Amino acid sequence: MGNQTPLYAAHCKANAKIVDFSGWNMPLHYGSQIQEHHQVRQQAGMFDVSHMGIVDLRGSEVTLYLRILLANNVDRLADGKALYTCMLNEEGGVIDDLIVYKINDDFYRLVINAGRRQKDIEWMHSQLASFDVELTERNDLAMLALQGPAVKSIIEKWLPDYAQALLALKPFTFAMVDDAFFARTGYTGEDGYEIMMPADKAESYWNRLLALGAAPCGLGARDTLRLEAGLNLYGSDMDEGISPLEANLAWTVALDPADRHFIGRSALEKLKQDGIKRRLVGLVLEGPGIMRNHAKVKIEGNGEGEVTSGGYSPTLEKSIGLARIPVDVGEQCLVEIRNKTVPAKIIKPPFVRHGKKMF
Amino acid sequence: MSNIPKELNYTKTHEWIRKDGDLLVVGITDHAQTMLGDLVYVELTGLESHVENGQECGVLESVKAAADIYSPVAGEVVEVNETVVENPQLINDDPYGRGWLLRIRPFDKDMPGLLSSDDYSKVVASEAH
Repeated sequence: MGNQTPLYAAHCKANAKIVDFSGWNMPLHYGSQIQEHHQVRQQAGMFDVSHMGIVDLRGSEVTLYLRILLANNVDRLADGKALYTCMLNEEGGVIDDLIVYKINDDFYRLVINAGRRQKDIEWMHSQLASFDVELTERNDLAMLALQGPAVKSIIEKWLPDYAQALLALKPFTFAMVDDAFFARTGYTGEDGYEIMMPADKAESYWNRLLALGAAPCGLGARDTLRLEAGLNLYGSDMDEGISPLEANLAWTVALDPADRHFIGRSALEKLKQDGIKRRLVGLVLEGPGIMRNHAKVKIEGNGEGEVTSGGYSPTLEKSIGLARIPVDVGEQCLVEIRNKTVPAKIIKPPFVRHGKKMF
Repeated sequence: MSNIPKELNYTKTHEWIRKDGDLLVVGITDHAQTMLGDLVYVELTGLESHVENGQECGVLESVKAAADIYSPVAGEVVEVNETVVENPQLINDDPYGRGWLLRIRPFDKDMPGLLSSDDYSKVVASEAH
């Protein structure tokens, strides 16, 4: 029997096909994954993401602690701003990718992957040492992602008193409204909000948003949307054995200032010095079939790689994927699909953003 | 519960078979399309190809997974449904109708091993456990 989010009953009522995801009973889709995908690209959809971990960190030394714990630098953050970052091990491998929200100098919130909750919490505790930091898992909160171009008009109808403030939020900023936390973040490549609220209010939020036209969307659509947006999935595109420099996440690693000795820094510096050999790229299949995870990628005269996330793009109506390949590869490769090799074009992700093809 | 029409025959690998004069029409069951999810790509064996009983005669790819289609009999493929190749979603929308896949002329009148709707219901039920 898996864990259930506060919205489990609402999912069943909406005819969800429930599947196990990292020990959680989550909706895969509510009928058609592709329709849900299009709904988010063209209108508005909502996802229950309450299985993700919410961790509050408070204390006088929390900034100092996060400077060590995270590969991106929270020094850059003003109050009310969010940052995407990896948390690395000493070898430079990715323990998890997460978003850190700065509420104030003594109070940050992290949102971590469902499948990494236990590992992350143990790791964070093990790095606490003598820092004045208190770590609290917020299992009393639920989280909804509301995504798509029609989200603005939904917010206007839903919360007329706060709409102006919420619509003024820039990407990667957030605001507290009553007992809810609205962040202009997401995992779809569309505009939208991730909203944390008390668990006992989740269903009333859900029902209100449903009435305002937000379509329930499952993990299936969440995966095709994030893949089109070129966003990595932990466990597929990176893990503890892969550094962010080999996962198209170099932009999230703040090597300046040089005296910020975050965990994994020396391993990354050594990797750079020795020369990075692999990189994560986007592939667009140019022949028939669908690329799947772990499909072999062949580059003429230049070794091999592997598809880390492969699938079908409902927006582009063809197969796309992320793949890890040798660094100095040109624009073309071959992907092994069911004992055939099919040509694919190599691109820099994203594939789709705000509904538009990007390559 | 998935739809399992009484008048059809079935295979353990989730194909359905409808007798159409001397020919057989083959598709995948409602249960199979539900398990696969939205279909996005269909590849069918060529016209006039000869297939053995149980031989792979096509591939279906959904948003989730790929699945082979197996010929329920030995025979010759006399027609393939080009409409589903262009629009795989038809298999989800109408698996026993417009979502048909192949028309086969069997080599033998005798076709052992096909399941009745009751037998196939048991196959589906056993998978649920």
